[in-house]
Amino acid sequence: MVAEIGQFVLILALVTGCFQGALPLIGAARGSRPLMRFGDNAAFVQFAAISGAFACLTIGYVTSDFSILNVVNNSHSLKPMLYKISGVWGNHEGSLLLWSWILALFGMAVAFFGRNLPDSLKARVLAIQGLIGVGFLTFILFTSNPFERISPAPLDGNGLNPLLQDPGLAFHPPFLYLGYVGLSITFSFAIAALIEGRVDPAWARWVRPWTLAAWGFLTIGIALGSWWAYYELGWGGWWFWDPVENASFMPWLAATALLHSAIVVEKRDALKNWTILLAIIAFSLSLLGTFLVRSGVLNSVHAFASDPARGVFILIFLIFVIGGSLLLYGIRAPKMKGGGLFAPISREGSLVLNNLLLSTITATVLLGTLYPIFLDAFTGAKVSVGPPYFNATFLPFAIPLVVAMAFGPFLAWKRDDLAGIISRLKFALFAALAFSGFLWWWQTGTPVMALLGMGLFAWLLVGSVLEWAERIKLFRGPFANSWKRMMQLPRSAHGMTVAHIGVALVILGITASEAWQSEHLGVMRPGETVTVGGYDFRFDGAEAITGPNYDAVQGTFLAYKGDNKGVYLYPEQRRYTDPPMETTEAAIRPMLSADLYTVIGEADGDGGYAVRIYHKPFISWIWIGAFVMFAGGALSLSDRRLRLGAPGRAKRASAVSSAPSEAKG
Amino acid sequence: MKLKFLVPVLTFAAIAVVLWYALFNLNPTEIPSELVSKPAPEFALEPVPGYGPGLAQADLATGKVTLLNVFASWCVACMAEHPFFMELKKQNVVEIYGLNYKDKPDAAAQWLDRHGNPYARTGMDLKGRVGIDFGVYGVPETFVISADGKILDKIIGPVSKDMFDMRIRPLLNEAGS
Repeated sequence: MVAEIGQFVLILALVTGCFQGALPLIGAARGSRPLMRFGDNAAFVQFAAISGAFACLTIGYVTSDFSILNVVNNSHSLKPMLYKISGVWGNHEGSLLLWSWILALFGMAVAFFGRNLPDSLKARVLAIQGLIGVGFLTFILFTSNPFERISPAPLDGNGLNPLLQDPGLAFHPPFLYLGYVGLSITFSFAIAALIEGRVDPAWARWVRPWTLAAWGFLTIGIALGSWWAYYELGWGGWWFWDPVENASFMPWLAATALLHSAIVVEKRDALKNWTILLAIIAFSLSLLGTFLVRSGVLNSVHAFASDPARGVFILIFLIFVIGGSLLLYGIRAPKMKGGGLFAPISREGSLVLNNLLLSTITATVLLGTLYPIFLDAFTGAKVSVGPPYFNATFLPFAIPLVVAMAFGPFLAWKRDDLAGIISRLKFALFAALAFSGFLWWWQTGTPVMALLGMGLFAWLLVGSVLEWAERIKLFRGPFANSWKRMMQLPRSAHGMTVAHIGVALVILGITASEAWQSEHLGVMRPGETVTVGGYDFRFDGAEAITGPNYDAVQGTFLAYKGDNKGVYLYPEQRRYTDPPMETTEAAIRPMLSADLYTVIGEADGDGGYAVRIYHKPFISWIWIGAFVMFAGGALSLSDRRLRLGAPGRAKRASAVSSAPSEAKG
Repeated sequence: MKLKFLVPVLTFAAIAVVLWYALFNLNPTEIPSELVSKPAPEFALEPVPGYGPGLAQADLATGKVTLLNVFASWCVACMAEHPFFMELKKQNVVEIYGLNYKDKPDAAAQWLDRHGNPYARTGMDLKGRVGIDFGVYGVPETFVISADGKILDKIIGPVSKDMFDMRIRPLLNEAGS
């Protein structure tokens, strides 16, 4: 019964979406307010309907209803409750349902928070959202129905892939999708602007909070994914340049570029066409990522079961959405009035540089991700483009980007003078050189790249703090004055400083953990001790244990330094039964200075066990840095200027009264 | 209309054409070439209780093309291909051997008992060791074995009638003629 209700409300959502995609567009073209207003109501109905469907599927999972095929394939009655719930979106059908639900959530948010948007713009945005929703709901209902029944119902399910039974991964897809789908809003705004034929600073101000939110969620989603890879795959790596990882990284890069170019539109009324194009590209990359992961065109360790029929559908959808929107861009963009020219040494000049570098990086990642398909198509050769390519192409653009990151915020709009900036940044330059020099002296034999990385970390950290200090005139007058200035500084300015510091911390984590990692791989017998990274690791043996849905071998290690009492680590090698699969549960002691990382493997039949022990200096800062970046985004998002819902009803009334003239814009 | 504004859509069109081609004509999960036309790895397994005889490398060189199907009672996708295998057996199209993968003997026997046995021989790979030698990374998988016990091809996922006609029947005909 629950499944049928879910199916029914999903169809209801599809029908609503068809109307939402058509009526407001007609209304906006004719200036008919009732038709434009229909978009709001439809967005609410669609959200309610998809919420209903999502609730139905969740009930199916929580109650282990094995008459639903999707539950049979992905759940098991013995599975812990958290994973029964995360199992809802831990599979193809459910994850698409989650995607649609978030799409509807954002559509409703536009309807709700966008009260002071011009009616025609809002109607068009909601219509585009409706059309995207139609695409996804059709895909679900016709090729990936989560509510399909199975008869006779089996006694128990097949279980969720044990690799996915993990708290980090339980929340990874929702955050990632919040990011992907958040970009659908900026996409809809871009298409609406192309239809209306105008982009102005107000448009940029409406777009920026959505981009910020999407970017923040993507940041968290990617960080959770890499954290999962770090502790679950058991190799101690945290980024593999896997197609699935690239699929989330490319929209993030594009969103980062968009975030910065929207500022130029807002402040200087320039870079409009480029910003529109970026908004389209950012969402297109989200969709392309979905296609690559779902269609089975690329093989990946992360891949869910894939099906060519689904691939065909997604590709047709892509051609409509991406091809259609880029074609619209090609036709309409030339008519859009561009802003004035500006000097290269200026705030906007530095933001253009930022965009050039970020889009080049995006293009190289896209190239590396698609290259195996292209090569296979043209020559039949099978290759996989690995980390060497990505590292070789990523760093040459990422390094100047970080150098410019400290410069940019110092530059004034319109025109500035480079010599003045350098003199203001000399302290950051000094910090970078001194820090690298110190490391070179202290850790002889450090690779040049590591010195460069640490120098960049110091440069960006000190540069960001300097810029912030200069803004509030810290130490250049009474402290009370600086305090007052700090309180008056817009939150978006604080947000930028925080986010840039976050990037510096990520650089610290990456560089230090790559350069100074120590490891021990080999067989250890109970009682043996090895020293890794200044810590002694004593192996106390291993025993068999039983979990709720797995058996495991659990090792015991005592890690200590000198005389202190130390800490026990319990890595496991788990053997799940449904489905049968072995997973490695690394035991990690995260500390601010380093992570202690232990893995236990096969017994050698002679009392010994294969073990891997790593000492990874500062690696936690990668994720701390990502969180700091997210916090910077959130701080920026809370800026009064961007809080669209805030203005009261009086403002809303005036927005409504100006609507007819806007509609013709 | 300025041409430079059409560059994005043209770039996308090129990508879309290749993706379209890749979707229909390329298979990323193709068998690694090292295994093709090599003899099947060495193994010898006990049969699923009551569904003998057992299965070993020597049994694969039968003088005609055969199929080696990797199955398990816990695998739902195996249910999808099972009726088709029963049909193949009934019509005597090709002999099929069952490699029971990481299963429990009782559960496997019960499964064959309930759904029917399409296999001429079965072997229980309780720990999945033989599966590793064959490069199995998911169930079901089906290997096409030549008359002299070499691996001709591997099909990943359930075997459908279309798949059979496209990938397996040509190999059967080739050997028969």
